[in-house]
Amino acid sequence: MDFTLDETQAMLADSVDRFIAGDYDFETRQRIAASDSGYSLDVWRKFAELGWLALPFPERDGGFDGGPLETMILMQAFGRGLVVEPYLANVVLAGGILRRLANHRQREAWLIPLISGELQTALAFVEPQARYELADVATKARPDGTGWRLSGTKGVVLNGGNAELLIVPARTDGGRRDADGITLFAVDAAAEGIAVRRYPTVDGAQAAEIVLDDVRAEADALLGDVGRGLEALEAAVEDATLAVCAEAVGIMQTLTEKTVAYSKSRIQFGVPIGSFQALQHRMVDMLTACEQSYSLLLWATSKHAGGGDSRRAVSSMKYQVGTAGRQVGQEAVQIHGAMGVTWELDVAHYFKRLTTIGQIFGNADWHLDRVAA
Amino acid sequence: MRLEFSDSDLAFRDELRAFFRSEVPADILDARDREIELSREDQVRYQKCLHARGWAGVNWPVEYGGTGWTPMQKYLFALEAAAANAPDIIPFGISMVGPVIFSFGTEAQKQRFLPGILASDVWWCQGYSEPGAGSDLASLATRADRAGDRYVVNGTKVWTTLAQHADWIFCLARTSTDVARRQEGISFLLIDLDTPGITVSPIITLDGVHEVNEVRFEDVEVPAANLVGEEGKGWTYGKVLLQHERTTLTGTARSAYRLRRLRSQAGRSVRGAPPLADDRNFMRALAAAEIELKALEITELRTLAAVAAGEAPGPESSFLKIRGTEIQQAIDVLYMDAAGYYALPYVPEQYATGFPDERRIGDGVETRSALRYFNGRKSTIYGGSNEIQRNIIAKRVLGL
Repeated sequence: MDFTLDETQAMLADSVDRFIAGDYDFETRQRIAASDSGYSLDVWRKFAELGWLALPFPERDGGFDGGPLETMILMQAFGRGLVVEPYLANVVLAGGILRRLANHRQREAWLIPLISGELQTALAFVEPQARYELADVATKARPDGTGWRLSGTKGVVLNGGNAELLIVPARTDGGRRDADGITLFAVDAAAEGIAVRRYPTVDGAQAAEIVLDDVRAEADALLGDVGRGLEALEAAVEDATLAVCAEAVGIMQTLTEKTVAYSKSRIQFGVPIGSFQALQHRMVDMLTACEQSYSLLLWATSKHAGGGDSRRAVSSMKYQVGTAGRQVGQEAVQIHGAMGVTWELDVAHYFKRLTTIGQIFGNADWHLDRVAA
Repeated sequence: MRLEFSDSDLAFRDELRAFFRSEVPADILDARDREIELSREDQVRYQKCLHARGWAGVNWPVEYGGTGWTPMQKYLFALEAAAANAPDIIPFGISMVGPVIFSFGTEAQKQRFLPGILASDVWWCQGYSEPGAGSDLASLATRADRAGDRYVVNGTKVWTTLAQHADWIFCLARTSTDVARRQEGISFLLIDLDTPGITVSPIITLDGVHEVNEVRFEDVEVPAANLVGEEGKGWTYGKVLLQHERTTLTGTARSAYRLRRLRSQAGRSVRGAPPLADDRNFMRALAAAEIELKALEITELRTLAAVAAGEAPGPESSFLKIRGTEIQQAIDVLYMDAAGYYALPYVPEQYATGFPDERRIGDGVETRSALRYFNGRKSTIYGGSNEIQRNIIAKRVLGL
């Protein structure tokens, strides 16, 4: 049994860490997060140059045929660097749909520009009433000549404000919560009838509420088969769930390191607070949580890469992130004392991102039910 | 053994309910309901309502304009204020420096400062923590050097809540270093924030809010008449205040209100989703929080009964703070769980007066839930961190 990364994978991890150390310090990250778009075009182009946008795509599309393990490595490093660039939304979510369903012409039109960093995309997989149920789709697609007309509301669309291309699940058939009858459409975000209300999210990223009012979708906007879109939707979201779990592990490890370092330097009562046994034990528990989470991440990622049904493994990992992640985040803030609740310290921002990861793609409760079933 | 309210308590409770229903301005309660941040003016307006009724000095003796309420009546007041979702009283004047002044101050100080505190005409803030003195408050380094009829104050106070609105600050400052124990050289000073040499700078918290500040003192001249009690005894006065602060930080009434509201919300369909009550994991966590809170409520009543019998609130008040803040944080988590994706949008503009309902994202408190959770992490850190509270109990109660 071998838990080591091969040479290419190690190089990938190394190149992301070097990029963050050289070009993406905390001040830079904050500046980018506070910008209008919430990401940096320069950084995005750099990602394209480095081949990171191409990572999970097939070689024939200019990709690297990377699997879940490669995405895991990248995302874990992004977690360490608290990167706000919309990699998840573009490459894993929207890219995950295009990778699976796009025909040749659609690949030329959308996937190639996405990989080269020239197209911003988003997958609108949440609806305001749905909570975590992907099949809960009230947005409707009615036939309109050779195309369709889409109407409905999509909530908390990650990167929704920046996206030029939106991938929109809409119901061509069935009841609101039926698994069958969901169809995926690629829609121009500037199309008539689309209203995008963008906003920052509490973790330094951006999202949007998107209302579609009888938006025209041509025949060639259809991704995959009519009424059979849920499978690809679930697969892309499963990829993304694992990806943010990797990001979370990177954050947890960083928070633990920073907390230990802080406890060694903060003097109260004439000694470093790290000398207090009560705090030492809690930091050991943080370390344990990180290691357990990393172990589970390797297992879940392997299972997912193996090609079989990895839903239980991914849910186990997401539950772990929701629980152990919450514990590590809270402890990091508490042990940093009042500094931990200030805007100025990076610890608070790591904590906030870790928290929002717990809220998306199903929280710990939701995934626990899936494992229990 | 009798765990019910007496008839006179119940009658008093009815009186309180009537007050909150009809004498608190509806616009203030409405703002509270919509999670809109109150302005300084609104906060003062609320406190003046209480003052008009003679109820501003909840914890004050009658001789100083206080209510003279029994512990049970004070408890019922907190309960009914929370049930009405009324604002919290800003504690620094009425709950903190006021009691120190009437307990340890001169007649002149009482006459000068107490009426303004009671009427909410003067806003106070607390100058305790320093960058190098958090949990180890006794290591504070702000100096107050006696020069004739003045003290000259130099140093930096940090995490000073609402100093940007305050008129005065009460400070623990070091008047002597020639002492056996560090606590002995500390004095309790009242300082006008308009005095030259004082700079108040914002410290933004992780939720993006300006709530706390840094207050810097550079050669600030404070009249010696503003010393409360004896020089070098400030630590004792401050400790009395901290013990009172702890009991105000339990927050059981507010927590009970929040849990009731959440349980009621769980029974409803939000935006056409199945009700949260269908989520058994969530309901179990909600039930667990309700049980823990009930235990705390009864512990609080036991403490009250002891105080009513003439015993002072001692170390067990530390325990209330630990459990009270942990439960508050658990409730923050439940609200965030309930919000799902709608904990993510950062839309503070929704919480200003006049924001049109049709443009609102999320339902009610959802888009505040993560921010509340983030901000609420401070509660186990302030007021004496929960680690310090456990140390106190271990030492004083368990004798360890």
